[in-house]
Amino acid sequence: MAEITHHIPDHVLAAYATGSLSEPYALVVATHLSMCLECRANYEAHQMLGGAVLEMASTEALSGDLKTGVMAMLDTPVVPQPAHSRSGIYPGPVMAALKGRPPRWKSLGLGVRQCILTGNSEGSVRLLYIPPGQAVPDHGHNGLELTLVLQGSFVDETGRFDVGDAEVADQDLEHTPVAEAGPPCICLAATDAPLRFNAFVPRLLQPIFRI
Amino acid sequence: MTQESPSSDPAADALHALSQETLWMLAVRDTRDKVAFAALFDHFAPRLKGFIMRSGTGSGQAEEIVQDVMLTVWRKSAMFDPQRAQVSGWIYQIARNRQIDVIRKENRPVPEELHADQATEPDAQQMLGLEQEACKLKTAIGRLKPDQREMIEKAYLGELTHQEIKSQTGLPLGTIKSRIRLGLEKLRHELKDMRSDG
Ligand SMILES: [Zn+2]
Repeated sequence: MAEITHHIPDHVLAAYATGSLSEPYALVVATHLSMCLECRANYEAHQMLGGAVLEMASTEALSGDLKTGVMAMLDTPVVPQPAHSRSGIYPGPVMAALKGRPPRWKSLGLGVRQCILTGNSEGSVRLLYIPPGQAVPDHGHNGLELTLVLQGSFVDETGRFDVGDAEVADQDLEHTPVAEAGPPCICLAATDAPLRFNAFVPRLLQPIFRI
Repeated sequence: MTQESPSSDPAADALHALSQETLWMLAVRDTRDKVAFAALFDHFAPRLKGFIMRSGTGSGQAEEIVQDVMLTVWRKSAMFDPQRAQVSGWIYQIARNRQIDVIRKENRPVPEELHADQATEPDAQQMLGLEQEACKLKTAIGRLKPDQREMIEKAYLGELTHQEIKSQTGLPLGTIKSRIRLGLEKLRHELKDMRSDG
């Protein structure tokens, strides 16, 4: 079986571990970390560095009753929050974003579909469904764009992206990802494009792309 | 007994060499030891409060977060895996997640939890190797120039944006990554064969 070959860059993992990545990107990173041993190890290394910073933090005196209160709560029964587990091709973090339900696809034309997971003025994240031979919809983005393959594969000018692979693009990358033959390509895509229904438009391909 | 005589049980020796915090955490995880939990509280709660207040949170709200974090440490102790994590790093991530939930009112996406395989014996050498890496890391931070050290602190306190982190050169974490990877490989989980069952 092929290994994951396109990983999350270290600065993005560091930003995720320190909590400075906004929610749309954080969802893509958390999903890749649910699929990739290598990035999981790198992410946990950042946690260890965070722990070292915590160890060296200056202490603040606690209110007298804080510890007593916490100790008294140890035996309080709690209803554990149900963790969303992996379902089919969708890892736990995606299932959590879907609130445990299957995606509700909306057609964008040419067989391309999307399901918006979350979005605000800072960015958005969605599932995209691209039939073989179709291009991943075009949209404006000014900063980081993170795309993670969950099913099928796509190719663009920079390489081939299979299940688990993440493509990181910034505004300098002009690329046209096209779904390969096989099952439809389903990916998770986060951008800083504001959430608009028509933010993604399918693009018509030049006939150079053959299935 | 002479100095040269080999130890009868190297695994027990290695366990003995683990840090106090790790031993407390294992006692909490394995025997629900409240005395050990109280010791962890005394060690971490004042640091957590200092850590949380540094990013501008008031004392009262900081204590609420400290309380949530320490209760999570107790309730989720089964998730602590000393073959992959130090107690401080594990608590760090719980604290950052909680801060983001409370302050940004966002539900922070988190990766799937990886459960340690109950059937396999914990590898004391692996735990010890990880602790040694943690010690080296602290020494390395201590040797940084003050401005570099401040940058690291700011980054892990969550005070730097992604762009600012990108422009910084972080600490080299290569040997730590390989050590944690060894710990991850001891687990039986889906990360290893994502593409084979698809
Ligand atoms: Zn990876």
